Amino acid sequence: MPILHELELNRRDLMVGGCTLAALTAVPTVVQAQPSPAGALALTKVSLTVNGQSHDLEIDTRTTLLDALREHLHLTGSKKGCDHGQCGACTVIIDGRRVNSCLTLAIMNEGMEITTIEGLGTPGNLHPMQEAFIKHDGYQCGYCTPGQICSGVAVLGEIKAGIPSHVTSDLTQPVTLSDAEIRERMSGNICRCGAYSNIVEAMTEVAGRQG
Amino acid sequence: MRAFTYERAASPVQAAAAAAANPDAKFIAGGTNLLDLMKLEIETPTHLIDVNGLGLDTIEATSEGGLRVGALVRNTDLAADERVRRNYGVLSRAILAGASGQLRNRATTAGNLLQRTRCPYFYDTAQPCNKRQPGSGCSAIGGFSRQLGIVGTSEACIATNPSDMAVGLRVLDATVETMKPDATTRRIAIAEFHRLPGDTPHIETVLERGEFITAVTLPSPVGGKHLYRKVRDRASYAFALVSVAAVIQQDGTGRVAIGGVAHKPWRVEAAEAELPRGAKAASERLLDGAKPSHENAFKVTLVERTLGSVLEEARS
Repeated sequence: MPILHELELNRRDLMVGGCTLAALTAVPTVVQAQPSPAGALALTKVSLTVNGQSHDLEIDTRTTLLDALREHLHLTGSKKGCDHGQCGACTVIIDGRRVNSCLTLAIMNEGMEITTIEGLGTPGNLHPMQEAFIKHDGYQCGYCTPGQICSGVAVLGEIKAGIPSHVTSDLTQPVTLSDAEIRERMSGNICRCGAYSNIVEAMTEVAGRQG
Repeated sequence: MRAFTYERAASPVQAAAAAAANPDAKFIAGGTNLLDLMKLEIETPTHLIDVNGLGLDTIEATSEGGLRVGALVRNTDLAADERVRRNYGVLSRAILAGASGQLRNRATTAGNLLQRTRCPYFYDTAQPCNKRQPGSGCSAIGGFSRQLGIVGTSEACIATNPSDMAVGLRVLDATVETMKPDATTRRIAIAEFHRLPGDTPHIETVLERGEFITAVTLPSPVGGKHLYRKVRDRASYAFALVSVAAVIQQDGTGRVAIGGVAHKPWRVEAAEAELPRGAKAASERLLDGAKPSHENAFKVTLVERTLGSVLEEARS
């Protein structure tokens, strides 16, 4: 479900490459059918669509999406905090949904549309969520911030799409935005500087602007 | 992480056959638990079979009036499905009580059922663990056991099943559907799916080598109030100390399953006859034979009180 697209229809950079989405998903292919001897290095070719641009890489099968982004494509906005899915600093948006890029292999994301912090906005053309984080001081050291912002953008999309959370009181009613909803949904993004309340304010402002 | 080769499965039966042909192969779907364990070299597959391209990602009505949930339906989608929210609220609630939004977006129905324990000694490769290395011993017994099991445990293992979703499925009497490498299918009641540790705690389910989960089915709705209460050290994004899944009818009868206490979702049908008499009577039957450690004896009281709170909410 392209939640992000509903939210960001006016953003040209996210529209680029949107049509490449479904191309690879339906055709199962054997990338390397013959198991190599245990422990032997296995290289594979992978094509990734990141921020609307297609990239062809030859990588070790073990390469996580996070390492492919940072070490191969030099998109170092996504951060490696814990590398175990606990901190959320590596959060990126894939086909409109936020994902821990450290807990998925690059090769598993072929044909999907991957959006990183670099694809949300640029220094001269900030995403509304980036502007709101600056305005509300939603960070101190900034290390978790790219993950917080990617997560924050996707969370507003999830609420708009009516996806419930642990604190949604009535599962049969539409989900409404509240501080409690934002806090619960952002629990997979840790901020050791403790900017949480300012992050809630930033997200609330962006949600309000979207109406 | 150890090196591995990778293939994309073309069909469920091909996936099953590929897994059966290579004892060191693993299926990968969401990967949220498996890749974590591979980084720590607790799981060391030499070959991964990616099953994400197989479809199996829809929720369909069954002719019996229930739902058939494809193995690859993501946790977010299962919890958000309108029919699940309306008729199987305990399952939505259980899923939403677990993990984070990022993880639920990728984690699958089948993968959630197959996730491994979070026992700290299973994760610490410097320590003996019968589950990780059969026959090496159990460091948890006599060790740090606050999070661990109190009932159905063995001399070899006191680990708990970490899934919230499985507790919801257990109270709903779900069925796991599988395909074997020879293309035969089988239906496994959720009650039988997870094993108690016994002296083989490394064998966690009744699945045979290569056997591939294709779907989980829910029987027709049973009505009643659907509640899931999870008690944990943080308000969000933490594993359960104790959780209670309950479906309670207006007359006070109902069903309950408990998470965080055993190697599988813990349900004792005989204890449910005691529900109208209250939480104390029911939890005594539920935890009959429990052997808590000095560090997790509090869970016995916590089960009774959490169940009491759930029954009170059901009456309100």
